[in-house]
Amino acid sequence: MEGTAFKYGNNVDTDVIIPARYCTSFLAEELAPHALEDLDDTFVKRVNQGDFIVAGRNFGCGSSRENAPIAIKGAGAACVIAESFARIFYRNSINIGLPILECPEAVHGTEEGDKLHINLETGEIENLTRGGKWIAAPFPEGIQEIIELGGLVSYVKKRLGAEK
Amino acid sequence: MPKTFSEKILAKYSGKSEVVPGEIVEVTPDVAMSHDNTAAISKTFAKIGVDKLFDPDIHVIVLDHCVPAANATFAQNHKDIREFVKKQGIKNFYDINNGICHQVLAENGHCLPGSVMTGSDSHTTTYGAFGAFAAGVTRSETAVIMATGKIWFRVPETMRIQLTGQFNSGVYVKDLALAIMGKIRADGALYRAVEFDGSAAHKFSVSERLTLCNMAVEMGAKAGYVPPDETIYDFLKGIAKREYEPVFSDEGCEYIETLDMNLGELEPMIACPHTVDNVKPVSEVSGENVEQVFVGSCSNARLDDLAILAHVLRNRKIDSDTRLIVIPASSRVMIDAMRLGYIDTVLSAGGTIATPGCGPCMGNHMGVPASGEKTLSTSNRNFKGRMGNPESEVFLASPHTAAVTAVTGKISDPGEIPVDWEMINEELSNAVLSPVITR
Repeated sequence: MEGTAFKYGNNVDTDVIIPARYCTSFLAEELAPHALEDLDDTFVKRVNQGDFIVAGRNFGCGSSRENAPIAIKGAGAACVIAESFARIFYRNSINIGLPILECPEAVHGTEEGDKLHINLETGEIENLTRGGKWIAAPFPEGIQEIIELGGLVSYVKKRLGAEK
Repeated sequence: MPKTFSEKILAKYSGKSEVVPGEIVEVTPDVAMSHDNTAAISKTFAKIGVDKLFDPDIHVIVLDHCVPAANATFAQNHKDIREFVKKQGIKNFYDINNGICHQVLAENGHCLPGSVMTGSDSHTTTYGAFGAFAAGVTRSETAVIMATGKIWFRVPETMRIQLTGQFNSGVYVKDLALAIMGKIRADGALYRAVEFDGSAAHKFSVSERLTLCNMAVEMGAKAGYVPPDETIYDFLKGIAKREYEPVFSDEGCEYIETLDMNLGELEPMIACPHTVDNVKPVSEVSGENVEQVFVGSCSNARLDDLAILAHVLRNRKIDSDTRLIVIPASSRVMIDAMRLGYIDTVLSAGGTIATPGCGPCMGNHMGVPASGEKTLSTSNRNFKGRMGNPESEVFLASPHTAAVTAVTGKISDPGEIPVDWEMINEELSNAVLSPVITR
C-alpha cells in the first residue's frame, strides 16, 4: 500500500491522540474527527485514507485507552511506523487491528509529506520520495496470528470454536 | 540459572520450568482489575459470545474515573456495570463510594506478593509495591480474561534501581520518581520490569512503595516491583484475600541495566509541561504563578500525603488567587484524615474537598483548568490536555511542594514552610485508623 507520511516526535501520548473528554464513545466514526486534535489539529483535515503516521520513540505512552488506536484507524491512517511503541498501545493496536511497525531507521529516513510504500506481510517500508528501503522488526511468534485474524476478539472466537 | 522475579512468577503461572526474556507466555491472573471502562469491556465480552465468566472471582471492579457520574452518559455506564456485576455474580465490586481503584485494591488485600495481577489501566504497575507482577493491559484483553481466563505476556527484561541513603528534609519518594524519570526519560524502562531495591527501598512505607511503583509506568515499564518484606506482610495481616507466596529475584540473576540512586543527593523536583520527563529542580522554576493546586490521584493522595499538606496549611490561608482541590485517594483515607483534623485544616485554609476518586487527573469532570491557567498537581501525568484543557499547563510535584505552592500562589520550594516529618510519623502511628471499608 502507498500513502503520505505524517511525521511526529517522541512520546506522542494517548491524551493527545484522543483526549479523555471524547472517550465516552468507542465508535470509530465519533472518535476519528478528534484524532490527534491536541497535537496537530490539521491532521484530520489533511489525512487521506491509507496515509501513514511516522513517529519517534514511545508512541502511545500514557493512558491505556483503547479509543486511541480506534481514533487513528478511523481517521484513515493505514499504519503507524515508530521508533518504539508504549507497550499498552502496542497491545491495543494488535487487538483492534491497527497495523503498526517498529523501525527506527525508517523513521530517521522519512520526513513529513514523503510518499511511502509499505508491505505489511514482509514488514518492508520503502520511501518513494527520497529513496531508502527498510525491514521492520517482526511481531513475536504467536502474535502474528492475532493480527492475521483481524484482532483479538476474532482470534478468541476462533480459538473457542476450535476447542468445542 | 538465576532468574529475576518476573521470570520466576511468569514461569510458575505459565506452567513452565523456566522462561527467558522475549518469550511469549500465557497465564491466568489472580486478579483482573477494571474500572468505569468495565462498561466497554462488558460489551466486548458480549461480542466474544460466551455467556458466563470463566471465573467471576478473578475480577475486581471499582468505579472511580468519574464519580459521582458527571452526566447521563457516565451514569448509564455505571448503571450498565452494576447490572453486569449482578448478572455475572462478581463479588469484588466497589461502587462510587470507595475511592481510586489502585488504592481500593491495596487497602482491601487484593494485592499479594508473588501473584499475577492485570488491570485495564496503565497505573496497574502500582501493585508491584506488594511484590506482585502487575501490568496494565487493554480493555479487550480484560474481556478475553472474562471469557477464557487467559492473557499473553512477553517476558520482560528486568532493570534494577538500587536505592541507598536518606532523603533530606522536604524531599520525598515523588521527587525520587521524578528524578529517575529525568534521568532515564519516559521510555527508559520501555517493555521492562523495574525492580526497586537497596537498603532505602526496604525503609519505605507501603504508601511510599505505592507511589514509586505507580510512577514506574511513566518510565515506560511493564511492571514495577519492590521485593516484599515485613512491612508488606504486616500490612496484609488479616486483610489478604488469599494465601500468598513471595517471589524474589535470585542472587546473580541477569539485569539488563542497573542504576544507583543515593536519596541523600536529591532535591525537590518538578515535571514541567507537557511531558513527565521534562524534570527540573523546583528551585529552577520557583516563582511561577499557579492558579490551581491539585492534591490527589493514585500517585499521592494517601494519609501521609494529606498529613504533610495539613501540617503546611495549619494556621495558614492559601493564596487568594489560587484554588486548592484536595481529593483523598479513598473513603478510608478521608475518614482517617477527618479524624486527624486534616480535612478541617484544608477547608479552613481555603481549600476544597471532593469525592474520593480520580477527580480532575484526566479531565473527565470537575477541576478542569481554564485556558492559560497553570496547575501544580501531585498526580502522575502532565500531557497536553490531560486535565481537560489543551490550553492549560500542568506541573507535577510532591504533596509538600504542592502545599507550599498553594500558600504562596507561586511554585515554591518546600523548604519555605518545613514540616516535622518525625512528628507526622508519630501522629500517624498513634492514630486509631478506620477499619477497611468494603461494600
